[in-house]
Amino acid sequence: MAQFFAMGGYARFVWPAYGVAVIVLVGLLVHSVIFYRRAQRALDAEERR
Amino acid sequence: MSGFAALLTRDLRLAFRQGGDVANVVAFFALAVILFPFGVGPDPDLLARIAAGVLWVTALLAALLSLERLFDADFQDGSLEALGLMPVPLEIQVLAKCVAHWLTTGLPLTIIAPLLALVLHFDAAGYPALIAALLLGTPVLSLIGAIGAALTLGARRAGVLLSLLVLPLYIPVLIFGVAASEAAALGLESRPHLLLLAALLAGSLALAPWAAAAALRQALE
Amino acid sequence: MQRFANPARFMRLSAALLPWCSVAAAMLIAIGLFGALFIAPPDYQQGEAVKIMYVHVPCAWLASLVYAVMAVASAVALIWRHPLAHIAAESAAPIGAGFTFVCLASGSLWGEPMWGTWWVWDARLTSVLVLFFLYLGFIALANAFDDRTRGSRAAAILAIVGVVNLPIIKFSVDWWNTLHQKDSVFLFGKSTIAPSMLWPMLVMAAGFLFLFAVLLMLRMRTALLRAKLRALRFGA
Repeated sequence: MAQFFAMGGYARFVWPAYGVAVIVLVGLLVHSVIFYRRAQRALDAEERR
Repeated sequence: MSGFAALLTRDLRLAFRQGGDVANVVAFFALAVILFPFGVGPDPDLLARIAAGVLWVTALLAALLSLERLFDADFQDGSLEALGLMPVPLEIQVLAKCVAHWLTTGLPLTIIAPLLALVLHFDAAGYPALIAALLLGTPVLSLIGAIGAALTLGARRAGVLLSLLVLPLYIPVLIFGVAASEAAALGLESRPHLLLLAALLAGSLALAPWAAAAALRQALE
Repeated sequence: MQRFANPARFMRLSAALLPWCSVAAAMLIAIGLFGALFIAPPDYQQGEAVKIMYVHVPCAWLASLVYAVMAVASAVALIWRHPLAHIAAESAAPIGAGFTFVCLASGSLWGEPMWGTWWVWDARLTSVLVLFFLYLGFIALANAFDDRTRGSRAAAILAIVGVVNLPIIKFSVDWWNTLHQKDSVFLFGKSTIAPSMLWPMLVMAAGFLFLFAVLLMLRMRTALLRAKLRALRFGA
């Protein structure tokens, strides 16, 4: 387990690399979904009027 | 060809009537370069090492200064539309503007550069390559700059946007220009870099007028 | 509502595709990550640092691919005036910028232990940085005008002009002596990388491709919903 996280001594490079990927890509996904839902709700509200 | 010459004369006359531009560009270039010894210290070896880079970066920034106004005046007073209706193709008109811009920006910079290189203790062996590189590179700056100027016509914060668009495209010119100048200063072969600059010039001569004209057309729609 | 005939078809198509693409993306990325982190062997030279490759390389591929999609959409928009094309290009841009950023950041984190430097101005790194700025420039330009259509068209021209950068990115490692290693995965012909390392990379790339599809469809749907909202509010 500890060996896995240590990544042969390169942990401080490997994990931040994966971390950046996760943050950016998940962030894009979350952002896209939130704005999509927001647009859906606004359109529904407007159509009901 | 006479249409091109007429346009060129007109653009040059306008540029010189505005007067300020050539002086602005040269003054900025000279002042910026002269500031460096004050900033990094007078050590001749240090200055000689950064000379090529400093000269090119400041030349680039100086060229950027007058780009915003390339099409702006004509756009604002409506003469750009009139130019669009002329029998001379818009691409040729863009080329004329680029030539005028280079004659009032790139050429003066190239002329002043050797003098400023003296201030930075630039190695004497590098002068021919420096001048050749500037002669090849500064027209590319005008051509690529024209694309940016045409794209940002009438945009909010056009100046900042122009820099954002144009500077990344300038980077190859900067890299090869500095490489050519430094190689010669160190006594190495500068021809490969100069050839690449020439290729960039050929490429942008072909691409830029077309792209800038396309941008101008949709600005006029 | 004639103007929405085409968009309506897209809305139906994307509504059908989204769940499948989402599942595909999630599964492929999960499998790829598992393969990369637990199954793939360490490199005999680079040790475990090579694990960064499974994020860096797929992101690099997507960074260029998304730009190509953006440029094609821009060309379609300018030539055929297809309304969806501008929306496609503008929806793709932030996604491409994201992949490019991860490519640059992960590359930098890989370079420090392997090359001893966080950054070097070689042809590939420089051209990928230019790609990143092209994405940012595209987004800025599209939003810089009060008339949104004008912004879309200007950005489209920029996207097409910037296409010259793509062959430079691809062939830079062949044309110049660069610090960045030469390509070892080829579309046509045999790849020179070990199969045990190749498959997690390909799976990750496929996963990212489906992720791109999901993000693109979501953002395009959002843009179309907003357009419909504007039409309703201000009378169509």
